Amino acid sequence: MDGPVGRDSSRIARFAGRWAAVAVPAVFLTVFFVYPAGAILWRGLFSEGFGPMSDLFASPRTRGVVWFTVWQALASTVITLVVALPAAAVVTRLRGRCRHWVRGLVTVPFVLPTVVVAGAFEGVFDRFGLEDGGFRLRHTVWAILLAHVFFNYAVVVRIVGSFWSGLDHRVEEQARVLGAGPIQAFRAVTLPRLRPAIASACAIVFLFSFTSFGVILLLGGPRRATLETEIYRQAVTRGDLRSAAGLALVQLLAVVALIAVATRLERRRPAPTGVAHSPPKPLRRSFVWANFAVMAVLLGSPIAILVERSLSVGDGYGLDHYRALTERVPQLPASAATALGNSLVFATVATALALAVGTLAALVVVHGRSGLRRVFDLGLTLPLGVSAVTIGFGILIALDEPPLDLRTSWWIVPIAHALVGTPFVVRTMVPVLRRIDPQIREAAAVLGASPGRVRRLVDLPIAGRGMLVGAGFAFAVSLGEFGATSFLPRRPETLTAPLALYRLLSTPGELLRGQAMALAVVLMVIVALAVVAIEASRGTKRGADVVWESL
Amino acid sequence: MTRPNSPKGLTPGVIGLIAVVGLIAAACGNDNVRGPDTPTDAGSATDSAATSTYPTTGGAEPTADPAGITLLTHDSFALSDETLAAFTSETGIEVTLLQAGDTGQMVSEAILTAGNPLGDVMFGVDNTFLARALNAELFEPYESPNLADVPDEFKLDLEHRVTPIDYGDVCVNYWTDALPADPPSALGDLTAPSFADQLVVQNPETSSPGLAFLLATIAGTDDWEQFWADLADNGVAVTAGWEDAYYGEFIAGGGDRSMVVSYASSPPAEVIFADPPVDTAPTEVLVDSCFRQIEFAGVLAGTDHPVEARALIDFMLTPTFQDDVPLNMFVFPVADSATLPQVFVDHAQTVEDPLFIDPADIEAHRDEWTDRWVEIVLG
Amino acid sequence: MIWELDSVSVRFGEVQAVENAFLEISSGELVVILGPSGCGKSTMLRVTAGLQAPDSGRVLIDGNDAAALLPHQRSIGLMFQQHTLFPHYDVAGNVEFGLRMAGLGSGRRHSRVSELLALVGLAGFEARDVATLSGGEAQRVALARSLAPNPALLLLDEPFGSLDRSLRDRLTDELPGVLSRAGTTAIHVTHDQDEAFSLADRLVVMDHGRILRVGPPSEVWADPRTVAVAEFLGHSNIVTRGSHPEVIRRDAATVAADGELEGTVTASRFRGDYHDLSVATALGRLRFRVDEALTAGDVVRLRIDPSRVARLEPS
Repeated sequence: MDGPVGRDSSRIARFAGRWAAVAVPAVFLTVFFVYPAGAILWRGLFSEGFGPMSDLFASPRTRGVVWFTVWQALASTVITLVVALPAAAVVTRLRGRCRHWVRGLVTVPFVLPTVVVAGAFEGVFDRFGLEDGGFRLRHTVWAILLAHVFFNYAVVVRIVGSFWSGLDHRVEEQARVLGAGPIQAFRAVTLPRLRPAIASACAIVFLFSFTSFGVILLLGGPRRATLETEIYRQAVTRGDLRSAAGLALVQLLAVVALIAVATRLERRRPAPTGVAHSPPKPLRRSFVWANFAVMAVLLGSPIAILVERSLSVGDGYGLDHYRALTERVPQLPASAATALGNSLVFATVATALALAVGTLAALVVVHGRSGLRRVFDLGLTLPLGVSAVTIGFGILIALDEPPLDLRTSWWIVPIAHALVGTPFVVRTMVPVLRRIDPQIREAAAVLGASPGRVRRLVDLPIAGRGMLVGAGFAFAVSLGEFGATSFLPRRPETLTAPLALYRLLSTPGELLRGQAMALAVVLMVIVALAVVAIEASRGTKRGADVVWESL
Repeated sequence: MTRPNSPKGLTPGVIGLIAVVGLIAAACGNDNVRGPDTPTDAGSATDSAATSTYPTTGGAEPTADPAGITLLTHDSFALSDETLAAFTSETGIEVTLLQAGDTGQMVSEAILTAGNPLGDVMFGVDNTFLARALNAELFEPYESPNLADVPDEFKLDLEHRVTPIDYGDVCVNYWTDALPADPPSALGDLTAPSFADQLVVQNPETSSPGLAFLLATIAGTDDWEQFWADLADNGVAVTAGWEDAYYGEFIAGGGDRSMVVSYASSPPAEVIFADPPVDTAPTEVLVDSCFRQIEFAGVLAGTDHPVEARALIDFMLTPTFQDDVPLNMFVFPVADSATLPQVFVDHAQTVEDPLFIDPADIEAHRDEWTDRWVEIVLG
Repeated sequence: MIWELDSVSVRFGEVQAVENAFLEISSGELVVILGPSGCGKSTMLRVTAGLQAPDSGRVLIDGNDAAALLPHQRSIGLMFQQHTLFPHYDVAGNVEFGLRMAGLGSGRRHSRVSELLALVGLAGFEARDVATLSGGEAQRVALARSLAPNPALLLLDEPFGSLDRSLRDRLTDELPGVLSRAGTTAIHVTHDQDEAFSLADRLVVMDHGRILRVGPPSEVWADPRTVAVAEFLGHSNIVTRGSHPEVIRRDAATVAADGELEGTVTASRFRGDYHDLSVATALGRLRFRVDEALTAGDVVRLRIDPSRVARLEPS
């Protein structure tokens, strides 16, 4: 038994452990997000004296922008959910390699720059002669919605799918035995239990759509503007920091309100269930194939067009564009292959950072004190919903003095990427952690496991699947990031693949364009392989396999 | 294997995390150590600088131990590998490149960080953003001796806070074989019914060539508002940026429009990067539509290394740099002494009498003009 | 080592789960808390384990307030009704978990795991995946896991509740042996009187959050003290004679011509060693165990052994 001394020292250790779990995410968020974003808002709003900005908010343009931003994001979220939820049902039931590859495939859009996707979709429309039939997608709101579905499909499929397969399917069987049809059983029994994961996924999709930039500018056409593009217009094109800060504040408030709602829904958890022993009921074949067809059209066809373009050399086909990736063209400060290597290193570091910060944060969100929980829940999702200009410019003016002169440091790139990757880790882990039977944790505690060890030996292994899904997203997000870091000046050694791709596309000439397409294809292959590898990197313990298979 | 009875709760994972954060802090700290401590080869630098025809010493005796400097520039900045290496071997000054997006973004970032500048020299601010940069007092005046070689028409700032380095023209390009009628010869031709649904331009609010073309129409037509109203009636397409226009709507990328706002130097690029190779450019330039953009460099106020910074400005006007500009950035050198590459001589359109507006006017009216443009064209 | 609950109370919103409970457990004892579901008995366990902080009152370990001790610092074992095996470890991984926490080397863990698996009758199950265990096997693994670190106190929360009758009986028979061989002090919570009687050194009867009666099972059975306890223990003959209710044990009556209680037989069933007799009397319908075979309709006189009648407190 502990004597008074032993008790004291263990209390100190406990305090230190708990403190560290809270401190690491808190410090990360404060230093790299709250402080920079706060600094730029402060300068914008107060440096020329604070005024009511009634001119800005009274203008019909601003009000139209706010309205359009909200409704397109809502519509994107709803449509993505409707299209991707059935696919989540299918992916849930896939097993083994097929499952990894489908998960890898759906993650591919994450790394594709908008300009490439826009071109690919137009290629598809062209190929099938849809534009001749008077159906023109370009510069319509439908193009925006389609692109948002394309980009966010993976979010719903993977977050909901991984949560779904961990549910106890006997409950549905019970409902069916009691006379419910498949759709009734889904609505009455499955959907309510999926709600935490759906809320999580929807929050991410909404935030992505809410702050989407390239899609609005390129696909929406010049007449459409969202808060994100307006902030850019005011801050960068017009140099009007005050208006930009006003809009950024509006964006921040809207996002805070939304996340508050989403986390509320996510918290209404279903009763914790143990491991699902029985495999879920197989779906009707036609349903499965219908979903694969949607995937093929939505994801497969633009990807196929990209691959074709990357292989098209002169009048025939060849690998010339791929070989050219290793040579430096004047348009790039380094070769595309070097940029690709940089991106891989950044993505690895960013994923590690996001996992470390996100995992600790998710544990605090689920098991921490109630006040802390909310702050973490909200705070660590915010970077997804705050404009890239705010974060980028914020870093420029805030992190400019030693010991944190990070403006041009190599480290700021993976840190900024991790800022966006962390919400994915948190949002995928929180629903899974919440589902762990508290009695299992209590059993470990009375067996002598300290709270820290309960987290490490029980929570984390069981929530491992959620962690891997989050890691996959963090990697993909980093690999395709073209947000905050594009507002930071960079040295040739911090050139990333998406930036290189944009540079290749900004000078006329088929050779450069072909190289850009080849680079896009390599990016897609890398992210698909990375996701498959992450999926396959499950522990070797056989007990763990069962859980991970089902989570 | 016995676990030491070390503090429970403070798990190795947590300790590891703290270590990671600590490492990051340490690594970041190291990044700050640059500039004065960068070892350089001082002796040979002074020697070779002395033998150079063009002074690259920044108008002062170089210090015994020249510091490395940082060049803040836009994403389009490109040079051959040898060029900056030549500067370093001549002067001993290492140059670190820092690229900051497009010109507007670069200027915004420089204004945000004024007083604690990101670099020592900025290259790439053009006449459409010049007044904004000058009003923000971004630069320290410096008159390079090499300016003697530059025609006066490029010297827009009499206080020499910025130094002209290169120029280019934003013009309407057309795909010769795809034009539905005889090529246009004047801006006014673009509103002709025969060119209905043929032109794609960029939104001047989000695109630098888009803004330049708007300025071209303001300088080059009697009533620019009417001109744009007519263009809109004639089915002009608008995109957010150059890439989207050139590769989305313009025929080069599979689009269906034969005319696009691009650069006078785009035709040579179409030749150099053609696949399969071609002898003649598929595109030509409407000379009457060209708006001149002059790119400047300046010493950023607040630099710790003014001497080295000036040396780099000097270097940018030497033939080594000037000759390298066309094929890398697809712009023309300002120095008379520069030699144009053959492909530029053959395919690039030299514009004798480009359209131009005083930078101060641009700065004063830019928002007003673009707002008006939005009303007319996008309304 | 002595564990004490000192005037412990716990509320969950409107519900008073435990009200002012006192309980003392000393080394080597097997205490059974008996009560209907929802009576607060599990909460008592959770308070003892430190999984639930009491709203008032203290838990004392050897006279020291244990409030500052987290569950893992109290040297206890705990078993739930639903087995809570860690799904990500195999059987050995589960059993050795507590040993790992205690910092035991892998060699010693290994032998201890084999020893405990043998103790619960699952020798050789080390590498089995827990998802493949039957309910009884899983509960035995859970028991082995709880016992492995040699807890000073083992808490068993209806550990056999989810098992079928025969398995439950078997484990009920085995448990005291396993515990005494391991030398473990234990608190066992159940709603099953048979299980309680056959296990308990000391019985604690609870209802509505209150401890109603504490004592050795035979004493509690013989003298339930309150109607509630008597009813919960399964006494059928609770009558009121005079000012106090009384409980008459079923073995209190013998058939005798001069018996003081007269009644009419309503049913008689042969039960092997005895006949289960239902009689309608002036005190109400009573049930007795008698040696004589009688038939429905017989009028019978019964003599009641006063030592097998306990007075209860007026309700």
